[in-house]
Amino acid sequence: MRRGRTDVVAGVGFELRAGSVTGLLGPSGCGKTSLMRALVGVQQRVRGELRVLGEPAGAPALRARVGYLTQAPSIYADLTARENMEYFARVQHAARDRIDELLERVGLAAQSDQLIVTLSGGERARASLATVLLGEPELLVLDEPTVGLDPLLRRSLWEFFGELAAGGATLLVSSHVMDEASHCEELLLMRDALLLAQLTPDELTRRAGTTDLDEAFVRLVGGRA
Amino acid sequence: MTATTVRVLRQLRHDPRTIALMLAVPCVLMTVLRFVYSDRRAVFDSAGAPLLAIFPLFTMFLVTSISLLRERTSGTLERLLTTPLRKLDLLGGYALAFALVAALQAGLVSALALGPLGLHVSGSNAAVVVLCVTVALLGLGLGLLASAFARTEFQVVQFLPATIVPQLLLCGLLVPRERMASVLTAISDVLPMSYAVDATHHLSQEPGAGGWFWADLAIVAACAVGAVALGAATLRRRTP
Repeated sequence: MRRGRTDVVAGVGFELRAGSVTGLLGPSGCGKTSLMRALVGVQQRVRGELRVLGEPAGAPALRARVGYLTQAPSIYADLTARENMEYFARVQHAARDRIDELLERVGLAAQSDQLIVTLSGGERARASLATVLLGEPELLVLDEPTVGLDPLLRRSLWEFFGELAAGGATLLVSSHVMDEASHCEELLLMRDALLLAQLTPDELTRRAGTTDLDEAFVRLVGGRA
Repeated sequence: MTATTVRVLRQLRHDPRTIALMLAVPCVLMTVLRFVYSDRRAVFDSAGAPLLAIFPLFTMFLVTSISLLRERTSGTLERLLTTPLRKLDLLGGYALAFALVAALQAGLVSALALGPLGLHVSGSNAAVVVLCVTVALLGLGLGLLASAFARTEFQVVQFLPATIVPQLLLCGLLVPRERMASVLTAISDVLPMSYAVDATHHLSQEPGAGGWFWADLAIVAACAVGAVALGAATLRRRTP
């Protein structure tokens, strides 16, 4: 995957296990978003083989089966949360009866009829997340869904992600906050456009020789392990 | 497609000031024109009809170029292109929503101009509205194209003087097209607004909407479709 003359992401080889939550971790600017955009088929100049749910990444048939949460909230600021949900339900051919349940689940039941522009940054991010979950996608590609949220909300969202995986969905969740690794069954570690390792959180702490995830990340990604 | 139409109209509904401006400003300007030419009614008759067709071009160029620029920069376009929504559904949805707004605007201004202001037009009121909606779709297509070549809202509004105003200068509103320098006449021959204004001349001078009116209208419609199709090609799914 190239931008200009630099490889934005190079030498990536990984597989996501169906029905699990995989964390994509690495410092800002290491290529996490580019990798996710390649998976959902909006990244230009992707070489090599990238198959998603048995089809080439970006194949039209995948559009109803893959959900993508962009890093910046991609919803309409001049509509209410509920109106955004109603629109995205229709474009994703999703049932509208889950709108209330999902708004409740992301903690926006009370704000559902407020214009997005009047909501806080964290609330906007959650409204955006709720629209992605509408279609019950088989693969969820979530770019930093929990960044900037308070600990209670983060915990409740991670529980929700776990439930979605238990229900059969496959999740790839990016973050640059290391604590979140403990919620994942597997981790992909990236640095400088390179995929360093695919391992479980336990393997990460064992290989780094510390139980502190932040420290483990610094040792592995910082190249001092 | 109607999903996008409903969404776009809902966005507008949350912005009553824009609706009020889109509907009121053309009415005010038409009234001003009437009083500017209060002692020269023939000039009002010849300038008023083209002006009816020019309002929707401006309005729809602006709302479309800014709406689509927002879709491109806010990430909603990228997001939509990962869903089953087709590009033509998106553009068709916008076109239907803005055509409805254009019809409302045209209906209001033409009712005012042809009624209380006494603008004399030989053609039917319905023909005026049909022409205005067609011009609105041309504005939509040009706005969609402009949004592809702008990164910011500052840039996109600069495309108005760059692409719309030259068409106004050359469309025959100021000087009849055949009396301009031959180079300018040739240029005006390839600009779609020339045909929209020619159509209004047919409307104001010929009883009923004659064959030439429909021919000019067809040219404007073809240009509108061409601009939307070119604009659709700029909605790239894969971007850097």
